[in-house]
Amino acid sequence: MTAPLLELDGIGFGYPGRRVFERVDFRLGAGERVALVGSNGAGKSTLLRLMVGLHRPSAGRLIAFGCPRESEADFQEVRRRAGLLFQDPDDQLFCPSVLEDLAFGPLNLGKPHDEALAIAHATLATLGLEGFADRITHRLSGGEKRLVSLAAVLTMQPEVLLLDEPTNGLDEATEERLVAHLASLPQAMVLVTHDRHLVERLATRAVMMHDGTLRDAVLHRHPHTHSHLHIHVHPHAQGAPEGHEHGAVEDQD
Amino acid sequence: MVAQPREAPVSRALTASLEHAAPAWLRACDPRLRIVAAVLFAVVTVGLHQFTALLAAFGVALALALTAGPLPQLLRRAAPLEGFMLLLLLSLPFTVPGHTWFELGPLAASHEGLSLALSIVLKAGAVALMLFALLATLDMVVFGHALARLRVPERLVHLFLFTVRYLDLLQDEYRRLRLAMRARAFVPRSDRHTWRSFGWLIGMLLVRSLERSQRILAAMKCRGFDGRLYLLDRQRWRGSDSGWAAVMGLLLGGLLWLDRL
Repeated sequence: MTAPLLELDGIGFGYPGRRVFERVDFRLGAGERVALVGSNGAGKSTLLRLMVGLHRPSAGRLIAFGCPRESEADFQEVRRRAGLLFQDPDDQLFCPSVLEDLAFGPLNLGKPHDEALAIAHATLATLGLEGFADRITHRLSGGEKRLVSLAAVLTMQPEVLLLDEPTNGLDEATEERLVAHLASLPQAMVLVTHDRHLVERLATRAVMMHDGTLRDAVLHRHPHTHSHLHIHVHPHAQGAPEGHEHGAVEDQD
Repeated sequence: MVAQPREAPVSRALTASLEHAAPAWLRACDPRLRIVAAVLFAVVTVGLHQFTALLAAFGVALALALTAGPLPQLLRRAAPLEGFMLLLLLSLPFTVPGHTWFELGPLAASHEGLSLALSIVLKAGAVALMLFALLATLDMVVFGHALARLRVPERLVHLFLFTVRYLDLLQDEYRRLRLAMRARAFVPRSDRHTWRSFGWLIGMLLVRSLERSQRILAAMKCRGFDGRLYLLDRQRWRGSDSGWAAVMGLLLGGLLWLDRL
């Protein structure tokens, strides 16, 4: 087995006056897509931020891409190779135009101007966002912001993607588009999410944050027999009786 | 039913500029030219002494402003300035000593005061109208880029662009909090409870802004931010821009010549 991309060894972390977790062990191998689940406030987002050195652990060892990482300089390299998608796209898109935001990462990596622009355009194209280059970031819709902020992470050409609730607040069509794109990416991923559909579509493995530690969770599939309430709009014939029956439609779920 | 006070859409007015109202030839103009032209016009106009020259400057600015936007919008934008001007017009004749124009009880109005007031009104009006025509019709982001191209210090430009970017968000946050207060039957009165609630509202906005700024910095670090920011734009000087620059030069020269007559 090849060395893991990310390895957390007995990591502990707390905010002043509050322990978030202790002795967290975690490994992310190449090609894995790990769902990180757990209740609100369990520290899932904190763990992602810890992996790229935005927080420092109070105990334990963090090994990324084969080297132990401790100092800010160590983590600067980690951030180039592991892209973190923030929960709120407004935190991430700070440049005036979409193109500038997408070129920001590559320019920081020292790419020349033209190449940075080429990468930005190419990334937009793969996400089907060709017309967005000159759009102003704060005038995008919520779904568009999310797709563009994913594009901004992808322009860094990271080896690992850390996604913090990527489908939160998206409508079905946008979610579908995002999930389909994520599924086509070769990168190893850690997904923080509450979205069962996303876990089902993407994850190869799941871990659960509970009481400050990380446990392996089992992903299993079993048939359910249940009924759904669906919302659909259809015209009624004039004078249809109140509470009339509709013909049964085969349940797709 | 009591009318709810509407929140003034300050940031919307700022960020959604009149860019689409401007005529095609003005939109085609290089933004740098528009900024330089507006600044030079302001400098020249403020230095004029003769009423003919001032009237000409005012006329040109008014004509340009009218091509750049509809009259009602122009009036609405000019209203705060004109209110202040009215105050000047009323007070200056009585406070500047000189030849008596007319007397009002114990107060005497002077010709010198009147002409001073009129020249200030014309100068301020001309400069404001020219700014409405040339700069208010620029998109804020384009304006920022043009400033950077004009060698305005990069830090200031980025500060400006960050402001444009996050003003809306701050406004939205304020509106959400305010709505949440109203949803729990909060009505502003002049009592302790109201002032304390507004204090909390402002405090909460500050805390949230601070937290957001920390998250933004974290996100920037994740993309390799090392203290340098980049601006990409495609402003290009064209032949027609040189033409417009010449027209502006002639206009300013003409104003100075009129002033010498």
